[in-house]
Amino acid sequence: MPYRLELTGITKRFPGVLANDNVTFAVKPGEIHALLGENGAGKSTLVKMIYGIMQPDAGEIRWDGAPVVVPNPKAARKLGIGMVFQHFSLFEALTVLENIALGMDAKIPSRELEARIRDVMTQYGLLLDPHRTVATLSVGERQRIEIVRALLVDPKLLIMDEPTSVLTPQEVEQLFDVLRKLAAEGCSILYISHKLYEIKALCDSATILRGGKLVDTCDPKQETSRSMAEKMIGAGLKDIVRLEGRSFGQNKLAVSHLSTQKAGHFDVPVDDVSFTVRAGEIFGVAGVAGNGQNALLDALSGEIRSDKDAIAIDGHGLGLLDTTGRRKRGLCAVPEERNGHAAVGDFSLSDNSVLTARDRLGMVVMGLINSGAARTYTGKVIADFAVKALGPASTAGSLSGGNLQKYIMGREILQKPSVLVVSQPTWGVDAGAAAAIHQALVDLAAAGSAIVVISQDLDELRALCDTLAVINMGRLSPARPTKEVSVEEIGLLMGGVHGATEAQDAIPA
Amino acid sequence: MDLTLAIIVTVVGASTPILIAALGELVVERAGVLNLGVEGMMLIGAIAGFVVQFHTGNPYLALLSGAAAGTAASLIFGFLTLSLSANQTATGLALTIFGTGFSALAGSSYSARPVTLMQPLLPEQLADHPIGRVIFGYSFPVYFAFVMVVAVRYFLHSTRAGLILRAVGENDQSAHSIGYSVIGVRYLAVMFGGAMAGIAGACFPLLLTPQWAERMTAGRGWIAVALVVFASWRPLRLLAGAYLFGLVMTMELYAKAGGGVLSVIPSELWAALPYLATIVVLVLISLRRDATTNAPACLGKPFLPTN
Repeated sequence: MPYRLELTGITKRFPGVLANDNVTFAVKPGEIHALLGENGAGKSTLVKMIYGIMQPDAGEIRWDGAPVVVPNPKAARKLGIGMVFQHFSLFEALTVLENIALGMDAKIPSRELEARIRDVMTQYGLLLDPHRTVATLSVGERQRIEIVRALLVDPKLLIMDEPTSVLTPQEVEQLFDVLRKLAAEGCSILYISHKLYEIKALCDSATILRGGKLVDTCDPKQETSRSMAEKMIGAGLKDIVRLEGRSFGQNKLAVSHLSTQKAGHFDVPVDDVSFTVRAGEIFGVAGVAGNGQNALLDALSGEIRSDKDAIAIDGHGLGLLDTTGRRKRGLCAVPEERNGHAAVGDFSLSDNSVLTARDRLGMVVMGLINSGAARTYTGKVIADFAVKALGPASTAGSLSGGNLQKYIMGREILQKPSVLVVSQPTWGVDAGAAAAIHQALVDLAAAGSAIVVISQDLDELRALCDTLAVINMGRLSPARPTKEVSVEEIGLLMGGVHGATEAQDAIPA
Repeated sequence: MDLTLAIIVTVVGASTPILIAALGELVVERAGVLNLGVEGMMLIGAIAGFVVQFHTGNPYLALLSGAAAGTAASLIFGFLTLSLSANQTATGLALTIFGTGFSALAGSSYSARPVTLMQPLLPEQLADHPIGRVIFGYSFPVYFAFVMVVAVRYFLHSTRAGLILRAVGENDQSAHSIGYSVIGVRYLAVMFGGAMAGIAGACFPLLLTPQWAERMTAGRGWIAVALVVFASWRPLRLLAGAYLFGLVMTMELYAKAGGGVLSVIPSELWAALPYLATIVVLVLISLRRDATTNAPACLGKPFLPTN
């Protein structure tokens, strides 16, 4: 039986970078094949060439045994290749049905299309109302649209680009059921992820890329997560180093009965949230995206004001202060959106440092910017956090996502805040950089700061945090020591009331 | 009675060019492009229409050449903003300045030379009765504008091509990644906008004042741009808005002419009303807390494929 997809010697060069260097691997019919690698390893470039978004400079793609050229995505879909993108290519102002119609090459009358969509939805248990506007849907529901869209063309190969980063454990398990069912029907699946336990649970084989080169093709069930991670980064993986049995200091950050107003149609406000974080403690807030995390971060950082005593550091109420006032009192925050919220893309790194560190580090004197101090500080951030940038004068927008995140984290951590609030500290950041960021957070806590980490990545929270709480529809569950809670419990809390009925589906820890 | 009829006829005449131009701009903006050169394209269409009418006396040929000239002008804009990713606002303003100057130059030898106005489309018998005249007594562009409102609405909401156009204006990167030609769709939209602006411009010598005068569109292109926002990018609201604005502009003329009650309000204020109304509409839309303005999400942003 020929391979479904066979790549031989695929090479792609960009100005200054060799994105893919002589990559060769093959996918069998009905196989779930993982494509593993750090950010910038060349996974995206590779699948873009398979899907016809880019053309290889050299090498051959064979489909069902015959050599093919895939000039554009339309041709790829004609061959039977479907793709679910990491960043959904959805149109928020349009309905589910319109979105799916846009992705179809054949002109199908909308009534017939709707009937087929309902067929696929019931067959795979992907339930959605075709006439809802996408803007009103959750991230998990949006992903279902993409999957339905891909399944409508009866794909023989489905490419999934980091599909689970936004899902609850229960949703992940539902997705895996769909994928296993598809594979059993003979559809091959190319599964891109950096979550190694998922790959072990789901995939039949794994191809590992590093720096554009193929490192290994292996059977993930025979490997450990650690061995695969080390192949990915090409070096031993550092564990988070922390002193066991350390004690916490006094209550540092106290949040009591914090609520925010609903700011827009799609905003989820926080509702009567209370917690305390002690000096030296890392407090994790788990939850599926869109459950009030943004409002919580904005309320803590000062973008949204609250009652004076709703937020207090060392007993001093900060609720009425704005971000600048709170930074002066030692509360720094890193929002989730790196480019445009945490940093200004068109500004140099130096200028970006001035924006948040000016008061704490005296970079502005009598209204004049001390650009020397800003440059020196930025240089120190770049050096201490191994940011790949030409220097303090590089624009923030020119950095890759992971590097910009390292810079932003470094910029806040080196200000030695007494309370640091971070959202998604390692989102889209590769394993090596994530480990460095985690270590920096642990070190900051060890120096006596209180840290709040808001994340959707349960592995990250469980590795990093001393205490965990779950946010669901703006309400925060009671905080518990990380060691005492299981993944199932967190998963159920993440799903809220809805999740309680699905207890049997919870994945084993 | 006669005055009312006369006012209605004037309102229709004043509304038609802005309705046609605004319909073109609506399609352009729905595709995510902000072309502020409507006034310039209208002037270029006006001079082209005038010259052809002057030499051939065939108003349909004149409208067609207005459309062609408007399209040609819009291609300059398209090339700069779509192929070269120039700033749309600045390019649109430049197109208006260019159109003003170019039409003045091209028309310099035609000033004070009259042309014949376009004749009513339908047989005269239908327009004998005053009421009949109000309904059937207009020339082709008036009915064309109405047909185009329905056609544009049908195109945008009931055809696949219209869906693709809206998708391009809503999220260009996604449309690109699915495999649609964002630049191609936008070129077609910009050309349609240019053709419509050109026809709207040609309406001025053919419908309103049968001679060439510099800047004869007198800012109607800007009103068309405002109208698109006023109508929150919907064709049927555009129709209502165009006639409302046309009414206001007619009131301005009567106020200027010293028309009794109307001159209580200075004509300058009448002239400003369409813009004030647009601002009021925008404020009202923003006050509705959960509503979006319905503006295409990619409006005015240049498209640079990220991959």
